[in-house]
Amino acid sequence: MKINNVILQTVAKIVAFIILTLAVYLFLSGHNSPGGGFIGGLVLASALVLLFVVYDIEKVKNAIPVDFKKLAAFGAFLSVGTGFGSLLFGAPFLSQSFAYFDLPFFGKTELTTVTIFEAGVALVVVGVVVTIILSISEDV
Amino acid sequence: METLITILAGVLVTVATYLILSKSLIRVILGTAILSHAAHLLIMSMGSGLKNGSVPILDEGIGPPVDALPQALILTSIVISFAVTALSLVLAYRTYQETGTDKLDELRGIKHE
Amino acid sequence: MSTLNIAIIFPFIAAIVIPFLYNKIRKLHIGWFAMLVSFVLFIYFARYVPRIANGETFANTINWIPSYGINFTAYLDGLSLILALLITGVGTLVILYSIFYLSSKESLGRFYTYLLFFMGAMLGVVLSDNIMVLYVFWELTSISSFLLIAFWYQRKRSRDGAKKSLLITVSGGFGMLIGFIMLYIMTGTWSIREIISMAGSFTDHALFIPAMLLLLLGAFTKSAQFPFHIWLPDAMEAPTPVSAYLHSATMVKAGIYLVARFTPIFGGESIWFWLVTGVGLLTLFWGSFSAVRQTDLKAMLAYSTVSQLGMIMSMFGIGSAALHFGNSTVSVVYTQATFAALFHLVNHSTFKGALFMVVGIVDHEVGTRDLRRLGGLVTLMPITFTIAMIGSFSMAGLPPFNGFLSKEMFFTAVLTIGEAGIFSLDTWGTLLPVIAWVASIFTFVYSMIIVFQTFFGPYKEERLEHPAHEPPVGMLIAPGILALLVIGIFFFPNVLGDYILTPAMMGIFPSLPAADLSVPISAWHGFRSMELWMTIGVIIFGFALYKTRKKWAFVYKLFPEKWSFNSFYSYSLEKLEEHSTTITNSYMTGYLRDYMVYIYLFFIVAIGGTIIYTGVYAFDISGNSSVSEFEWILVLVMIIAGISVLFAKSRLTAILLNSILGYGVATFFVIFRAPDLALTQIIVETVTTVLFLVAYYFLPEWKKEDVPRKSRNVNLIISISVGIVFTVIALTVQSGKLFESISGYFENSYELAGGKNIVNSILGDFRAFDTMLEVVVLLIAGIGVYSIIKLKAKKEDESVEDQ
Repeated sequence: MKINNVILQTVAKIVAFIILTLAVYLFLSGHNSPGGGFIGGLVLASALVLLFVVYDIEKVKNAIPVDFKKLAAFGAFLSVGTGFGSLLFGAPFLSQSFAYFDLPFFGKTELTTVTIFEAGVALVVVGVVVTIILSISEDV
Repeated sequence: METLITILAGVLVTVATYLILSKSLIRVILGTAILSHAAHLLIMSMGSGLKNGSVPILDEGIGPPVDALPQALILTSIVISFAVTALSLVLAYRTYQETGTDKLDELRGIKHE
Repeated sequence: MSTLNIAIIFPFIAAIVIPFLYNKIRKLHIGWFAMLVSFVLFIYFARYVPRIANGETFANTINWIPSYGINFTAYLDGLSLILALLITGVGTLVILYSIFYLSSKESLGRFYTYLLFFMGAMLGVVLSDNIMVLYVFWELTSISSFLLIAFWYQRKRSRDGAKKSLLITVSGGFGMLIGFIMLYIMTGTWSIREIISMAGSFTDHALFIPAMLLLLLGAFTKSAQFPFHIWLPDAMEAPTPVSAYLHSATMVKAGIYLVARFTPIFGGESIWFWLVTGVGLLTLFWGSFSAVRQTDLKAMLAYSTVSQLGMIMSMFGIGSAALHFGNSTVSVVYTQATFAALFHLVNHSTFKGALFMVVGIVDHEVGTRDLRRLGGLVTLMPITFTIAMIGSFSMAGLPPFNGFLSKEMFFTAVLTIGEAGIFSLDTWGTLLPVIAWVASIFTFVYSMIIVFQTFFGPYKEERLEHPAHEPPVGMLIAPGILALLVIGIFFFPNVLGDYILTPAMMGIFPSLPAADLSVPISAWHGFRSMELWMTIGVIIFGFALYKTRKKWAFVYKLFPEKWSFNSFYSYSLEKLEEHSTTITNSYMTGYLRDYMVYIYLFFIVAIGGTIIYTGVYAFDISGNSSVSEFEWILVLVMIIAGISVLFAKSRLTAILLNSILGYGVATFFVIFRAPDLALTQIIVETVTTVLFLVAYYFLPEWKKEDVPRKSRNVNLIISISVGIVFTVIALTVQSGKLFESISGYFENSYELAGGKNIVNSILGDFRAFDTMLEVVVLLIAGIGVYSIIKLKAKKEDESVEDQ
C-alpha cells in the first residue's frame, strides 16, 4: 500500500534518527544505568517499525538491505558463542569478565565481555521483532 | 501497597481466566496477554518491599536499592510473553486463513462419533 | 581407555559415519564399508582366542556414573568371546550376503546404519560387566531390531511385526530391569563379576526368587521362548539378511547368553532348573511341531529357530543342576549339558545362518518362498541345493554335520539328568528324554520338507515369479563358508571345544575346577549307546511321518486359531487400543476450553484445597509500604479497564483496554523504582499493540459471546475461584517469609560484575544462562512466526497413506 503523507514522512525521518541514537545510547549505557541489550534492541526495532509504517515496506527494505532473520540468528550465535568463549580461558560456561582500560580519548573506560553478549541479545531482539512485524504485514 | 497490587493482580487473573475460557481464539490470546501482566505485578510484589529503597543502580548519593531480583525476572518475562503473544497471534491468524473460523469449538481436530 | 570399550563403541561410530559416506560415495556399495567394520572387529576378537583359552580374562572400566556405581565396564571372558565372535563373524558374512541381496535402490545408508547400530548394541550386551549398562545395550538391541524389522516400513506387515517384537522384548526388558535392581538391592553392586563372587550368600533373601523370575522373563522374551515366541515368526518380515543375522545368530541368543551368564548366581535352584529346562523343552517341542505345518519357508525357519533356541535353553537348564552338587565330581557329569548347549549355540548359528541365506536366495531368484509353489530346483540351483542340504541335515541331526554331534550330546544330557535324583526328577525325569526325542522327530520332518519340497518334485515354472537359476556368486560365498564350517566342525569338533567352548565353561562355572570342564566331543559312542538308537529312531519315525504328513495334518486343526497366543496378543492389543481410545476420547474433546477447565479445576481443588486443609492462609498488611492517592487511582483505573475488557463491544476497544493495562503496569514499574522494566514494558506494549492491530485487521470481527448461559456461569465461577485462590496464595506468601531474600548477593554487582546497574548485571552476568536461553526462545518464536506465515502447504500435498 502506498502512503503519501509528506508531513509524517518528514517527521519520521528525523524522529527515526533520534530514536536510533537513543537506542545506541541505551544499549551502551546498560551496564551502569538503565538500558541494556533488550531495551536497546527494542528501541532500535521500534525505530524500524516506525519507518515501515510511514514508508512502504519495499522502500525501507531497499534502503536497509538486511535480512532480519539472519540478523536474529547471528545475534543468537553471538550470545551463545560468548558463553563458549569463556570456556577457552578455563572459566565456566558463560562467565563474563571486565576490566578497566585507559583509552586515549575516552579516559578510564570499562570494557566487558557482557557487551558482546548484550550485543547478541540486542541483535536477536531487533531481528525477531522486525521479522514478526514484517511477515505479518507482508502477508496480505 | 503490596496487598493492593496483589488484589489488582487477582482481578486481572480473574479477567484473564474468563477470557481464556471463552470460545473465540482472539479472546484467548488477549487473556494470555492480560495474564502475563498479572504475573508481572505478582512477581513485583513478591520482592522485599516495594518502593523500599532507590532505583537498583549503584551510584553515589542514592540510598540502598530496592530488590533487584524480581526486576530481572520480569524483564526476562516481558520479552518472552511478547514472543508468546506474537506467536499465538500469528497462529490464530493462519488458522483463520486456513479454516475460516476462529471459534475453538469448531476447530476440534478429532471427529467425534 | 581400553580397546575393549572402543570395540563396543566402534560400530556405533561407524553407524554414524555411514549416512554421510553413503551420500558422498554412490559408486561403491556402502555395504563393503560396513563389512570392513565387522571384519576388523572379528579379527580383533579372534586375536583374543589364545589368551582366553589360557584362562585369562580382560576387563576395563570407564567411569560413567561413578556416584551410583554405574560404570561402563567391558569384560571379556570365554562366554563373552563366543558371542562376540558370532556377532562379528556372522555379521561379516551377513553383510557380505546383503551386498548382493539388497539392490542399490533400497535406502542402503539407513540399512547399514541400523545394522551396525545393532552390532554395537549386541557387543555391548555380551561385553558389559555392569548390569545397568547391559540393560541399556539390551534395550538398544530391541530398538535396532525394531528398526531393522520395519526396514520396509511401507508394508503394514513389517510395521506390525516390528511393533510386536518391540512390545514383547521391551516389556520383558522392563521386567529384567526390575530384576537387576533387585539384584542390586541384595548385593549392593552392579557388577556381574562381583555378584557372582557373592553367589550363594543371598539365596535366602526375599527378593531372590522374584529377581530370578524377572530375569528369566527378560531372557525368555528376547530368546523367543514359549509363550513369547510369537514375535519371532512375525519378525520374518524383515529383509532376509536381517533375519539371518538377528533372528538366528545373534539377538535371540542374547536371552540365552543372559541365562548362561547368570547360571552361577541362580543355578542349582530347583525353580531355575525347572523353568529353564521346562520352558526350553516346551519351546523345543512346540516350535518344531508348529514348524511342520508352515507353508512359507521363512516362517518354517522361524519356528525352527524358536525350537532350536528352546533346545539350547533346556540344555543350560539341565547344566545348571551341576551347581546343586557344589564342587564335587558328581557335578561334572551335568556340566556336559552346558557344554553341549554352547556347542549347539555355535552350530545353530552356522547351519541356521546358511539356511536363512539359502531361503533368501530362493526368494530372491524365483520370487516366492511358498512351499506349495516351489519344487524341482535341484538341477537349476545345484550349489544352493548343496548348501541347503548341508544346513538342513545338520539341523536334523544327521552325520557328518555338526548338528549331529550336539544333538547326540543333547540326548546324553536329557538321559543323564533323569538319574540325578534331585528336584523331584525321579517322577518327572523320564519325561525329559521323551519330549526331546519327539521334538527331534518333528525337527527331522521339517528339515526334510525344506530340502525335498523345495528342491525335488516337479518344477512348476508357471507358478514362480522368475525362472530359477543360480544366484550371483557373491550371494553364495557367505552361506558357502557357513556350510563349510558345518562340515568342518563335525570333523574337528575338539578344536572348537578346546579353544572356544572350554574357556566359556569357565565363565559359567567359575566355582568348578577348570580341568573337569573340558569335554571331548566324539561322533561315535558305540552300538550300546542309547543316543545312537535315539538318533536312528528319529530317522525312522521322522521319515515315516514325513511321508505320511498329509494324513496326520488334521492334528493342527485340533488347536483352533482362537486359542493361540497369537490371537491372544492381537486381541489384547486391539482391546487395549479400543478402550484407551474410548477413555481418551471421553475427556480429550479437542476443545481448548475443556482442557483449560480441567487445569483450572485441578488448580482450584488441589491448591485451594491444600490451603483450606492446612489452614496456612494469613494476612498481614503491617509490612506494606504506603499507598498514595495517585496509586489508588491507578489501581482503580486498571481494575476498571480489566473488567471492561469483558464487556468490550468492539475488538479495537479490547485492544486499547489491554494497552491501558500494559501502560498501567509500566507506570507501576516507574513507581516501584524499576526504570529498565518501565522502558521495556512501554516499548513492548507499543509493539504488541501494533501487532494486535495488524493481526486483528485480518481476523474476523469481535462478536458477542454466543456461549450458553450455563457454561458462561461455569466460566464465571471458575474464573472468580481462580482469582480468589491466586490472591489468597499471593497474600499468604507475602505475609510469611520463610527464609531470607537472596537479593543481597546481587547488590555487590559492581565488585562482582563491574556493573552498576544491578538488574542488567543479573541478566548479563549472574544469570546469563537464563538470558541466553531466553534469546534462543525469542529466536525460535521469530522463526516460528516467519515459517507459519511463509510456508503454506500446497493443496495437493495431501499425505498419502499406503497399503
